[in-house]
Amino acid sequence: MPSLSFDIAHLLAGGMLVLSFVLLYQDRIIAVLNVFAWQAIVLSLSVAWQAVAQDAPHLLVTAAVALVVKGFIIPTALHRIVRRLEIHREIEQVIGGGPTMLTGLGLVALSIMLVAPVKEGVSIITREDLAFALAVILLGLLMMITRRNAVTQIVGFMSLENGLVLAATGAKGMPLVVEFSVAFSILIAFIVFGVFVFRIRERFDTVDVGALDRFRGERRDHP
Amino acid sequence: MALITDLGLQALQMFLVVVIAPFVLGVTRKVKARLLRRVGPPLLQPYRDLWKLMHKEAVIARNASWLYRVVPYVVFAVTWVAAALVPTYATGLLFSWSADLIALVALLGTARFALALAGLDVGTSFGGIGSSREMMIASLAEPAMLLIVFTVALIAGTTQLSSIASIFVSAPPGLRVSLGLALFALMFVGIAENARIPIDNPATHLELTMVHEAMVLEYSGRHLAMIEAAAALKLMAYFSLIACLFLPYGMAMTDKSQTAIAIGIASYLAKILMLAILLPIGETSVAKMRVFRYPIFLGGAFAAAALAVFLLFVSRGF
Repeated sequence: MPSLSFDIAHLLAGGMLVLSFVLLYQDRIIAVLNVFAWQAIVLSLSVAWQAVAQDAPHLLVTAAVALVVKGFIIPTALHRIVRRLEIHREIEQVIGGGPTMLTGLGLVALSIMLVAPVKEGVSIITREDLAFALAVILLGLLMMITRRNAVTQIVGFMSLENGLVLAATGAKGMPLVVEFSVAFSILIAFIVFGVFVFRIRERFDTVDVGALDRFRGERRDHP
Repeated sequence: MALITDLGLQALQMFLVVVIAPFVLGVTRKVKARLLRRVGPPLLQPYRDLWKLMHKEAVIARNASWLYRVVPYVVFAVTWVAAALVPTYATGLLFSWSADLIALVALLGTARFALALAGLDVGTSFGGIGSSREMMIASLAEPAMLLIVFTVALIAGTTQLSSIASIFVSAPPGLRVSLGLALFALMFVGIAENARIPIDNPATHLELTMVHEAMVLEYSGRHLAMIEAAAALKLMAYFSLIACLFLPYGMAMTDKSQTAIAIGIASYLAKILMLAILLPIGETSVAKMRVFRYPIFLGGAFAAAALAVFLLFVSRGF
């Protein structure tokens, strides 16, 4: 019989997975950014709960870093980018909403099946967190593949990183040094992305990465 | 004597739903009108509509077959059985062994099949388009509905509604994401199945995007009365299902004393009334969707239900 502690861990990790699906489903840019912020907040709650459940206070630092950096700083910066690019009212053409959702469900099933054989030496919470984290990572990758707007691709990448943090906390936490370096590399990556998005915009007058394909001469069917 | 009491309690459940169904429809209409700052029809208007339609002449197209005359009664009967199967104020009634979730889905599917056939029968273009759209919605909503059934059945260990309700009350399953997702998906499916906004507009009578009304456009008189009553009953069936699966508190369980039954009926009415007020609030806050967006709406319900099943497999430890 699962205890309340397990139920809350399940609720938070499951909530992250659900929010990953919402990210995949949502096609308004502002809404995508808000959902991403929510995912980061749920992630930090989940990590904080693990800190309480595993009696590992250093995980609280991880939770705080996730909350501040990914729950507030990055979404706010993305909001500003989107406004400056004047694409905040844009509704993105998601490539095949139905097939994408089905692929996403398949990926979740795949990650559950992959983690299923791991039985020895891990608690059920760890195994469950690993399964959910793998699913969140794969869904982030899927989002990067299916989106054509550079900003939502960045969101896909960031949500992939949320999955990594979830995996790391499930496995008895990671060292603080690693945690901070990951957080900083995310920030650096974000700055690089930001610069890059503006460069794309300057060069092609759009942030639709389809324009890059056409520029390279890979797709001539849509002039 | 005990058998007579049991039969009486079962009959009470069967007639309770059919008696209050038009009233619940009246409540949703009234709330919706008030939200739009209109006065709205009186709460008893659906009963008057049914009475009026019963006494009107039924106009039947010259090329209508026997199917066209039979279908309204079939639809009403099947939907009534479905609505009466869902435990309302008590569990463990005389016929509760037959209240199976899968049987419920099958009954509602039968009613929809009959109505779609009738829409095609006369051969008008509106009937045809209505039937084809109804079938499209059904093909998307039924897989989602079955996954919801799986979720609930996996948690409770049975598909019998009466046992599910008593299990949920006596041994609460705890904090479950799966149940929340299932509730979310069931609300989506219920909205689609009952032809409410954003899928279909129940208040329209001539519009290119209508689905349910397009199918029944040719009906009049007592036939239309039967179909309208069946639509009200279907809404009741979904309300009762949500109340029974997700809010089973206050139902009369093992002891069937008069006070327990009175509490059961009062709590049931309160739950239904709450849902009847929440539905129009939800309806007025969204806009009607384009027909081509239905798959995305119902795909969301399907994804939520499938995710609920997956999450359950993880937490059960495979």
